[in-house]
Amino acid sequence: MSPRSDTPSSPSIDESRRGLDLGSDRRFLAALILLGGTYVSLLLAMVAADLFYTTPGHLWHALGSPEIRYAIRLSLLSCTLTTLLSLWVAVPIGYLMARFEFPGRAFLDALLDIPIVLPPLVIGLSLLILFQTAPLRALETVFPVTYAVPSVILAQFMVACAFAVRTLRTTFAQINPRQEQVAMTLGCNRAQAFWRVVLPAARPGILTAATLAWARALGEFGPILVFSGATRMKTEVLPTTVFLELSVGRLEAAVAVSLLMMGSAVVALLLVRTWSGTGLAGVSSLRNG
Amino acid sequence: MISLRHITIQAGSFNLRDLSMEIPTGSHTALMGRTGSGKTTLLEGICGLRSIRSGSIWIGDREVTNLPPGQRGIGLVPQDGALFDHLTVRQHLEFALEVRGWALERRETRSQELAEWLGLTSLMDRLPAGMSGGERQRVALGRALAFHPPVLCLDEPLSALDDQTRGEIVAVLTEIRNRTGITILHITHNRSEAERLADRILHLRDGRLES
Repeated sequence: MSPRSDTPSSPSIDESRRGLDLGSDRRFLAALILLGGTYVSLLLAMVAADLFYTTPGHLWHALGSPEIRYAIRLSLLSCTLTTLLSLWVAVPIGYLMARFEFPGRAFLDALLDIPIVLPPLVIGLSLLILFQTAPLRALETVFPVTYAVPSVILAQFMVACAFAVRTLRTTFAQINPRQEQVAMTLGCNRAQAFWRVVLPAARPGILTAATLAWARALGEFGPILVFSGATRMKTEVLPTTVFLELSVGRLEAAVAVSLLMMGSAVVALLLVRTWSGTGLAGVSSLRNG
Repeated sequence: MISLRHITIQAGSFNLRDLSMEIPTGSHTALMGRTGSGKTTLLEGICGLRSIRSGSIWIGDREVTNLPPGQRGIGLVPQDGALFDHLTVRQHLEFALEVRGWALERRETRSQELAEWLGLTSLMDRLPAGMSGGERQRVALGRALAFHPPVLCLDEPLSALDDQTRGEIVAVLTEIRNRTGITILHITHNRSEAERLADRILHLRDGRLES
């Protein structure tokens, strides 16, 4: 395994971003706004439609339902555990992938993207099949996983972790490797340089990865449906609630829960924007030396 | 004295073969060469940041070939300073001392001494963000010198600075040498900078060293 020495050289986003100059480019800019605006308008229309469909009373009633309160509690617990597990794994993988050349690196790179490119339903099916193998069936006799709460966490983790790995790999790649090298000449071994220099520099990226993993886990449904089932008050997370409420025709409750999830996702994404903005500023100042 | 004895370093498809040189104690040696000639690769080999395939490296009467970078007694100042964005100037100056287990009082005395010497006293509680190029290089120099290394390696420390700041840092480097007697290996591709600071200039051409 040998260290990678690539350093970032592309201009920062702030440098490449331009204000709109409505001069001779007016038609071109109008076309861009029109094309992009179609999508943005559709997004806003969807949110507005949900908001107008429901009332504060529906929302309040939904939040009072024991099933939905259970789903909120399980979602919060499983997403938080998934986030912690994802960081536990994504920090070392991201650092290794960003800093070292080793045999099988290209294969590992492709493998790590599988949960991103595969339909989530297939992840759930693969987990279900994996837990039909003899060793894991033996494990399940003492520690039930399939169709129990651990399966919810595992299904969320398998998908969310891939996004955390991607984010952290980019984060570590953007940190100037010279910083670690200088720390090593000052008396650190590689582990000390990692703890004292790299991890603090990666803090905004770690927060971004955590928020992305949390938001991704919150919205996960396909693998949970297959691997955990959709049992009320047992493996019911918020997307399951939307599915179950829809299936019995309670559209108001489904929309209320959807809005709750949408609100959580917006907050999470705003946090990601804030933290990644800080991260890029940090990286930019590293580049400028 | 730094002594390189028949060292070979491989960096990807690039090779430095059978290089030997001696840098006298207390001298300021400039190592020049075109971009891609292997100057930084050689510096990394000396600092222990890149493994060498054969040969040996000595600092004084100590062979450091297989020692980790932190035990070689080399202070390194890279081109961009490579400051730690989350640490204040004071924490930079005390970084090596803390890693090496110096007591708090000794660390504070040493960092204060370096700050006064390098003109950093008013910046002690500042983070690197927003500091000028000259300030950053002075912090990088202070960080590298804090633990009294016998050797200081400079990797193009002036190349990213404007003329006025370059003059300031040249004066600081001259004073460092006069006050400490430290052995300096200075990589540059600027001839006037080398002639102004160094008492010996070496050229790296096609993987070979020439005086």
